[in-house]
Amino acid sequence: MTNAYDAIILGAGPAGLTAGIYLARAKKKVVIIDEGIAGGQMILSHTVANYPGVLEATGAGIARTMVKQAKSFGCEVVTQSRLLKIDLGSLQKTVDVEFEGTYSAPVVIIATGGIPRSLGLETEAKFKGHGISYCATCDGEFFTGREIVAVGGGNSALEEAVSLSRYASKVTVIHEFDHFQAQPWIVADAEANPKIEFLMNQKIEAFAGDEKLEGVVSVDKDSGQRVTTKAEGCFVFIGYTPATQAFEGILKLNGRKEIVTDENLATSIPGVFAAGDSRAKKYRQITTAVADGTVAALSAIEYLDKGSRIPQIKLAASAG
Amino acid sequence: MLDTNLKHIETDTEFNRVLSENENVMICCGRMGPMCLPVYDVMENFESKYPNVAFRDMAFDEPVSHVIRELPETQSFMGLPFTVYFKNGKVVKATSSIQNKAQVAEILSDKFGA
Ligand SMILES: Cc1cc2nc3c(=O)[nH]c(=O)nc-3n(C[C@H](O)[C@H](O)[C@H](O)COP(=O)(O)OP(=O)(O)OC[C@H]3O[C@@H](n4cnc5c(N)ncnc54)[C@H](O)[C@@H]3O)c2cc1C
Repeated sequence: MTNAYDAIILGAGPAGLTAGIYLARAKKKVVIIDEGIAGGQMILSHTVANYPGVLEATGAGIARTMVKQAKSFGCEVVTQSRLLKIDLGSLQKTVDVEFEGTYSAPVVIIATGGIPRSLGLETEAKFKGHGISYCATCDGEFFTGREIVAVGGGNSALEEAVSLSRYASKVTVIHEFDHFQAQPWIVADAEANPKIEFLMNQKIEAFAGDEKLEGVVSVDKDSGQRVTTKAEGCFVFIGYTPATQAFEGILKLNGRKEIVTDENLATSIPGVFAAGDSRAKKYRQITTAVADGTVAALSAIEYLDKGSRIPQIKLAASAG
Repeated sequence: MLDTNLKHIETDTEFNRVLSENENVMICCGRMGPMCLPVYDVMENFESKYPNVAFRDMAFDEPVSHVIRELPETQSFMGLPFTVYFKNGKVVKATSSIQNKAQVAEILSDKFGA
């Protein structure tokens, strides 16, 4: 069975939800499909203090309000359903979705954002919930008085290392480079913390332990020397990568696998737009995602109302 | 109390009642964090699809959570949420940390024939 819509939005983060709000308010029939939970990366943000009009709120709280708003205008929101197949080649595009069937629409907005990088080690899944965690706020207290490792060298890794030091007896930050990518004041905070030690220029090879995590095995990238850092917990914060695998070979992507758009957020295929962190741009914030969602939706409305009279998109000048 | 659309278990009496009145019970004990929200979302999605399973949540920081925290099956858990599946009042499966729709569906089918 095919469900026919005016627009299919892939991804229910701030970009996708905003696009949904604008399209549904313009009386278009819209479905937002997310392979995870609505809210996207906002769910991971414990406190958001830079979203104008909201003094301070949890990311989950802002997400819940956005979902409610989108639904109130008539958007359907389908969550936790994986994309099985996508066909963007025809005027009427189709998307096959696990558990739900096939959706079709003349417009698709891609707002799939970013996915957390994982270390990709076989032993990572084994210790999930038994030592390996991706959320310091959720699981930090289970490691009270224990030695732990935080992996990464960006803002999140160092901020979370400081936050974890409230519980842990010792936090070893293991990083793949010999310098940090975090802002200087965040690095200074971590370096001043007596419970935090640093192991730089390391490639993590394995997690050791039987039932529970006991250590993190890494190797120095220059000397090849192998080190096992004693750890009952390991928190992984190694950044985000654009969630665009499903569109490789279909849409124009840049070298970082980000979707290339023009200034109206049209992609290389007419009727397909991209918004938020999945597209090529410099700054990735909730405000920029929301702005993208607005532009993509307004462009999509114009496309739907004018149809083929919209000129073919020229991407050469817009690659970011 | 958790801010979800699920029915909540807030007392020991309620916990015992749910277990005695339902053959198949799934309880997710957590907070409103990024690892817990996806599991509540799966349960909300599954409520209408699995009428023979009682789906409940429980706040990890409320006293009632001792009924989950003290189970032998959760003693090694170090990641929220703690999700426990009961059949005829007995634990048949327990998981720690985030689970997706497919993983929960597999457990429901395996343990409850749902
Ligand atoms: C820990 C953390 C803290 C942050 N704090 C702040 C902050 O304080 N302020 C701020 O402005 N920004 C913050 N950010 C950045 C901000 O959250 C992101 O820039 C923003 O969420 C990007 O929005 P998006 O809609 O483009 O993508 P996302 O939020 O990544 O949402 C994309 C959605 O698409 C779904 N998806 C992915 N692939 C598919 C697929 N193939 N099919 C269907 N769905 C798919 C995902 O499940 C996800 O729900 C933070 C980010 C993180 C990780």
